[in-house]
Amino acid sequence: MPHSSNNPLRDPQDRRLPQIAGPCVLVIFGVTGDLSRKKLMPAVYDLANRGMLPPGFGLVGFARRDWQDQDFAKVVHDAVKENSRTPFREEVWEQLLEGIRFVPGTFDSDESFDKLKDTICELDQARGTGGNHAFYLSIPPSSFEVVVSQLKKHGLTEEEQGGWNRVVIEKPFGHDLESAKELNAVVSSLFEPQEVFRIDHYLGKETVQNMLALRFANQMFEPLWNNHYVSHVQITMAEDIGIGGRAGYYDGIGAARDVIQNHLLQLLALTAMEEPTSFEASQLRAEKQKVLAAAHVPGDLSQTTARGQYCAGWQGAQQVKGYLEEDGVDAGSSTETFAAIRVDIDNRRWAGVPFYLRAAKRMPRRVTEVALSFKRAPHLPFTATDTEELGTNALVMRIQPDEGVTLRFGAKVPGTQMEIREVSMDFAYGGSFTESSPEAYERLILDVMLGDAPLFPQQEEVELSWSILDPVLEHWAAQPDQPEPYESGTWGPQNAVDMLARDGFAWRRP
Amino acid sequence: MIIELKNTTTREVASELLRARRNVGSASGMVLTLLVVSDEDHRDDALQAARASATAHPSRVIVVTYADGTPQLDAQIQVGEGIPGDMLALTMRGELAEHAGSVLLPLLLPDSPTIVWWPHDAPDHPSQDPVGKLADRRITDAASAADPQEALIARARNHTPGDTDLTWTRLTRWRALLAAALDQYPHTVTGALVRSAPDNAPALLLMAWLEERLGVEVKNEECTQAGVSEVRLTTKTGDIVINRGQSDSIALYNVPGQPERKVALRRRPLTDLLTEELQRMDADDVFEAAVGRILKMKDA
Repeated sequence: MPHSSNNPLRDPQDRRLPQIAGPCVLVIFGVTGDLSRKKLMPAVYDLANRGMLPPGFGLVGFARRDWQDQDFAKVVHDAVKENSRTPFREEVWEQLLEGIRFVPGTFDSDESFDKLKDTICELDQARGTGGNHAFYLSIPPSSFEVVVSQLKKHGLTEEEQGGWNRVVIEKPFGHDLESAKELNAVVSSLFEPQEVFRIDHYLGKETVQNMLALRFANQMFEPLWNNHYVSHVQITMAEDIGIGGRAGYYDGIGAARDVIQNHLLQLLALTAMEEPTSFEASQLRAEKQKVLAAAHVPGDLSQTTARGQYCAGWQGAQQVKGYLEEDGVDAGSSTETFAAIRVDIDNRRWAGVPFYLRAAKRMPRRVTEVALSFKRAPHLPFTATDTEELGTNALVMRIQPDEGVTLRFGAKVPGTQMEIREVSMDFAYGGSFTESSPEAYERLILDVMLGDAPLFPQQEEVELSWSILDPVLEHWAAQPDQPEPYESGTWGPQNAVDMLARDGFAWRRP
Repeated sequence: MIIELKNTTTREVASELLRARRNVGSASGMVLTLLVVSDEDHRDDALQAARASATAHPSRVIVVTYADGTPQLDAQIQVGEGIPGDMLALTMRGELAEHAGSVLLPLLLPDSPTIVWWPHDAPDHPSQDPVGKLADRRITDAASAADPQEALIARARNHTPGDTDLTWTRLTRWRALLAAALDQYPHTVTGALVRSAPDNAPALLLMAWLEERLGVEVKNEECTQAGVSEVRLTTKTGDIVINRGQSDSIALYNVPGQPERKVALRRRPLTDLLTEELQRMDADDVFEAAVGRILKMKDA
């Protein structure tokens, strides 16, 4: 840990003092990409503005551009002004600007990596970054191998005394179990497991972390959190957009690999896991791994999974193209844009409670949520007509947008008759804490620099997730027919509706 | 929606408030009650700051002003109007001021914490004050007193857990940088120096905190710049220096064996200070220890 407990100015009681990262250099590969401009650079600025970056911080961009340091600084400046969460302040920018460098070049150029090494050494001297380096690979996985071997060849990760080297990688972590293992072999050839930070930006979201607070800081939810009371769980991530210009990435990948393997299975793990003994990375990971190891997609896969592909239609008051007509998509592509699977968890808490996971594009609206549906009360001392309007109780954790928690329960409709209807009790994050919450990337980048890993999945979780998903992907690949088409702007294909109907449930309309 | 009530009662205020909330259809997510105690001259400033803080923490803000005259309660209720919570402005006339507690008690949010803030003149014993007694946290601001340092010392004498002063909040960035410097340069500090304007209240508090934490004597050197301008921590191998010099926003940061660097060190606006204060609802033990040290320094 960076903060030695013997610093006399620190006191666990003194919670006004922010955790400030130790001095370091952040090297971003693929710095011209969208993610870097829209998320990474603004997050770095926001951290600086909140006083969480150390004096002695360097930011190095590496890309195939003929830029000088000041050209890159201009790019960062513009990206920050446009996308940062906190107001732009000249003095904060001045502090950052001193440590901004750019290295032009390609991944296979030895000259460029020599230059990169010189730049980092220069920063270590001039900015006092203490030999601490984080390499952020915001590049396609196919380039990992060449970058990692270049880093190794040019001695960029040779540890100086007391310094550290860390690598940050983004999803996709492979496209099946085997490729995930290969990818890991490449990265782990140079970095130790604790030096590898896999970013799943969902886990950096405040609302996801709030799931832990909701479950483990309260007494009243945990008793209900099991198969005695919960009938089933629905985890949804719906996007209203199509694939946009990302055909090259998306075609052949599909919704299951893109979203279910990482985000949704992580949400499932956080929803279903047992209480960790502490929030230390290893403890949290142990619980997540246990529950993922107990999870599988049951039975006849044609009955417990569903897939679809959006076709032309109207979404959000605009006419939109079908998936097969998108630029760059093969006209015969069988890539799914809607994926739903049922996951059963074989343990005492969850036996008999199906978890339904769905991820899709071109849905009516953008929403991510985890919904626990409860069983009906075993006996209702009302006449059947009184409770006609009564559904089942539900607890919904809304991850985005409109972050918060909803409880649904029955209430009497005012009047002389006893009539019971569903009502919602709402907690909105924005209502109780309007202080705008930090972006996921702010939190995650800070955690990388602090070396604090609870929010980063490790290789074992990645492999367990693929083990759950691989049979489904193989089953789908073996089907001769296309995914079932669904009209853009609807909640998905009929086979998904049938999949739940077979179990006696229906999808929630989020 | 703004409702004016002249010569009213708390019962009427409470029922009008409920009706106003129903009308604007706002959901109740308020997390705290903030009482702002002001006088007629400063009422508008206080209202503005309270409004700004309410956008950071949805709360019921009750601005209390005292006025002369026959005992009477006047109220203005604001709901909606671009603020996430409720805003009540209460004017208590005459003798009613002595019974402010009984007026406010029915208007506090159930269960959630109550914070009182005196933006200007504060009572000598915040926790003994009729309004202060209702609160879990009491915020004063020595800087608004005629003699800030004297005010800070008086607060220190009457300190009760739950009291804080914005002087302390103004030091957070300094303290964070100093702590970060010792994270990076973990050497034993053998002496310390704070350069500041003469009789500066924040400097006194910063020195007290440093003495308390480091266990060394902290010297003060006067200079002509406003506020705290430099802190120097001496170690056997060199000095850690953070110097703001003439700047309002940027300081130079020096650690032995490392190049000099610039760091952002801005004077923070009132809204920032208040927002930080409202983040924690528990008593600030570190502040308590620091003001305790002030008394030891003064009595020694």
